[in-house]
Amino acid sequence: MRRLIVIVPLVLFVALGLFLWNGIGKNTETIPSPLIGKPVPAFSLSALLDEQQSITAADLKGRPALLNVWATWCPTCKAEHAQLNRIVQQEGVTIYGVNYKDDRAKAKVWLDQYMNPYALNIYDPDGKLGLNLGVYGAPETFVLDAQGIIRYKHVGAVDEQVWRVLREQLQQLEVNQ
Amino acid sequence: MIRHGLLVLLLSLSALANGAIDTFEFKDAATRERFQSLAAELRCPKCQNQNIADSNSPIAEDLRQELHRMLEAGANDEQVIDFMVSRYGEFVLYRPRMNEQTYLLWFGPAVLLLIGIGVVFLVSGKRKKVQQDKPNSNLSDAEKQKLEQLLKQEKTK
Repeated sequence: MRRLIVIVPLVLFVALGLFLWNGIGKNTETIPSPLIGKPVPAFSLSALLDEQQSITAADLKGRPALLNVWATWCPTCKAEHAQLNRIVQQEGVTIYGVNYKDDRAKAKVWLDQYMNPYALNIYDPDGKLGLNLGVYGAPETFVLDAQGIIRYKHVGAVDEQVWRVLREQLQQLEVNQ
Repeated sequence: MIRHGLLVLLLSLSALANGAIDTFEFKDAATRERFQSLAAELRCPKCQNQNIADSNSPIAEDLRQELHRMLEAGANDEQVIDFMVSRYGEFVLYRPRMNEQTYLLWFGPAVLLLIGIGVVFLVSGKRKKVQQDKPNSNLSDAEKQKLEQLLKQEKTK
């Protein structure tokens, strides 16, 4: 029995080693969002395409949707734009946009040029909504349920692989609705 | 003349090298100090090996601005930290808060050290006992005498 005690530190060391080994190579770029399970923070901002139109968090309710944070200064946003267009046209997804720390005129030109996949676009020039959403690097995409609760967050471009994950999330929400 | 030119060049370069410089105005020196210490303790979510004081990324700039705004509005440290954590998670804290998730982090090393010390004591205690046990091992008195005689013979040889 006493002899067994001697190997306790060794066992602990191995356990710690395995625990740390497990962490090696994990993606540390994305940090878990504390906003999962919480409603979209309250805001009142103008629509990108219509300065007179005011949008609030209530406008994002009604059906499960994606909330995509984008800007014309963000190259990755351009890269994912075609994918967003495709899933809206072919799979009937609702995407709300947050035009994050951008210029209204430039953003309008961009949407004219590359097509507009967004059902609504929130104009957030100061990044206040972005800050409340915990945005730290556009593009970011949130999955919202019909009550406007954030269910999932992805940081980075939405490519085919990411879309599969998002679609699964959306489908689950449709079923649970 | 050239020397002066060089001096001016070097001085202007040193300004560039200082990195993130904002022109924040504070209501008093204490607020400035709190700003600096908080900015040094909050991690930039984008560039994860820098605090928001050091980082030049746009998000760090925004967070510095928000920090400045909150402090000027009279927020205490706890409110600032809660604000950041509720948006970016525990991750932004360089000094993690003590809760169920971080007990292992805070107490793990001390616990390991204690276990180590415990084992060292156990093992060394056992050894001492073994050594003490040795002289009065299984020899009878007669055998001991014989042993001493033999040792003496060995010496006188």
